[in-house]
Amino acid sequence: MASGERRKERLDRGIKVRSDGIYALLSWRELGYLILPRLVLIVGLLLLPFVMPSLYWERVISNVCLYALLALSFDFLAHYVGLVSLGGALFIGTGAYIAALLNKSLGFPIILTIPIASVSGAAICTLLLLPCLPLRGVYFAIVSLMYPLAAMRIIEALNIFGGTDGIMGVDSFPYSWVEQYFVLVMVILFLFGLRRLVNMDIGLVFRGVKDNDQAVRASGMSITYYKAVAVFIASTMGCLAGACLTHIYMFSGISLFALDFSILPIAATVIGGGGTLAGPVIGCFILVPVSELLREFGTLRIAFYAVILMAFIVFKSEGLMVYGQRKYHQFERWVKI
Amino acid sequence: MLQILIYGTINSIQLALMALGFALVYGISRVPNFAHGAIYVVAGFITWTFLKAVGLNYFLSALIAILITGILGALIYRFMLIRVRGMAISEIIASYAIGLAILEGLRWGGFKGMTYTLPLFVPGSVTLGGVPVDIHRLLLIGIGIAVIALLWLFTHYTRIGLALRGMAQDERAALMLGIDSDMMALLATAFGSMLAGLAAIVLLPLGNIVVEAGYNVLILAIAVCIVGGLGSWMGAVLAAFLIGFAQILTVKYLGSHYQMVVALLAIIFTLIMRPSGLFGRQKELEERV
Repeated sequence: MASGERRKERLDRGIKVRSDGIYALLSWRELGYLILPRLVLIVGLLLLPFVMPSLYWERVISNVCLYALLALSFDFLAHYVGLVSLGGALFIGTGAYIAALLNKSLGFPIILTIPIASVSGAAICTLLLLPCLPLRGVYFAIVSLMYPLAAMRIIEALNIFGGTDGIMGVDSFPYSWVEQYFVLVMVILFLFGLRRLVNMDIGLVFRGVKDNDQAVRASGMSITYYKAVAVFIASTMGCLAGACLTHIYMFSGISLFALDFSILPIAATVIGGGGTLAGPVIGCFILVPVSELLREFGTLRIAFYAVILMAFIVFKSEGLMVYGQRKYHQFERWVKI
Repeated sequence: MLQILIYGTINSIQLALMALGFALVYGISRVPNFAHGAIYVVAGFITWTFLKAVGLNYFLSALIAILITGILGALIYRFMLIRVRGMAISEIIASYAIGLAILEGLRWGGFKGMTYTLPLFVPGSVTLGGVPVDIHRLLLIGIGIAVIALLWLFTHYTRIGLALRGMAQDERAALMLGIDSDMMALLATAFGSMLAGLAAIVLLPLGNIVVEAGYNVLILAIAVCIVGGLGSWMGAVLAAFLIGFAQILTVKYLGSHYQMVVALLAIIFTLIMRPSGLFGRQKELEERV
């Protein structure tokens, strides 16, 4: 058979030394080779509002960025700390409700509500999740899936925070370009910030917690402390997205705890490539516009990305970004056996 | 008082019926089937289609629906879950995505607006000590107890049932003893789906067939399995009674909004306090640090 006689050989490019993220640069060309993809991403993101001028697509760009923040937080927690959180909606909802309450009840301006909601929301989420942090794998996944559902039902049952009607008439961003650039810059900041973070010392500990928590504990470090720090970082992103969301739509309600916010980021991460951080962002840029185009089909959108999610997780679990990185960083050639 | 007792028992049996399929698949053979709720709703719609649109009799269309759901479960395992076997998180996400796709597809595909109902097995009601109860609900208690008993016999005295339990306890040892783990997992998914189908046919006549039921059934099933302890048989049944009575009491004293809150909080608190459940004693080291 033809396929039995030859195989594909993969060689790293010369500038790559031993491990991920360490490169030996000898020329400007090689520097350009490294900078190019990052530059394309940053410039591409910043130029987006100019390329997509219509009012409708401006809203889609903001949406993409909010989902990208959530997907980043999911990817960070799942692939660098080992906490698979199926409850991204908890972060969104908490951030959104805090921002809306601060704005409506206390009259705080938007410039204060977003940072306060991000940080205090993250603190609340961390406190809520604190008792679950010793749980591993599947158990944490199930618990985190239940939190937003429980939050939704409790708000409904107690009829607090506007009950099923939610909180209407929250202030919006002053100009739409402020809104878009704010979320775009946040995505870029958090993306590159997280990439830096996971390669710092604390990032190593995080990965240690994921791979072998007993070894981390044996080194005299508190696993729960590091997990809590990671959850705080991730939920800051989620709550920030929630706070922005409530100001963009001028509304906060129990629909913010809905499954959409838990499922789509996961689908984006799986499509983009888990563990790459940039992958989930790219995944969001593919999934969210496609699901916008499918808006007229109503709930079929959820069915649609559930199918994509399933197909990718079952048949192509590495994701686009990992595939792209392999093609970019390695030579491939067929070798006779 | 008697009312609470009677309706608590009925509610508990309902929960047990919903959860047994999930318990069989996840608790016994460690294949999480988060498409459970979707299969439950699908069974309802299939029965409705054969009963109302095709015009077969009730028993026959129920039988067909159960068979189809069994095949559906087997197909889901054979073509999807088998590829992610052993990666717990991927199993959950993949099966959950399947369920989501089925449910949202059904919602979009026209099963909305109009109400879809199945007729009661036996219409009418009787009065028990001053409390009126539908005959259907009384039948349900009998069916529930029969199913629980049959399943207990099945998992304790038949080769397949024993093999399923063996797989959950130690898959490698089971493999060494000549148990085909893929085949067993396939069977478990198929049986679990059939139980979901059976539960749907028994329970859906009490209300409308709606897509939301899929999500609620999944949550309740997870609640029962987790509170009872994964892998613990009697645990699941006892947990069904615990949650069942808790729900009836909260509905009576706090209001019907709290019914789902009880189940959700039960899941969260059980996982935090004792991840292996109130009655389970399996694999504690894998659950928490």
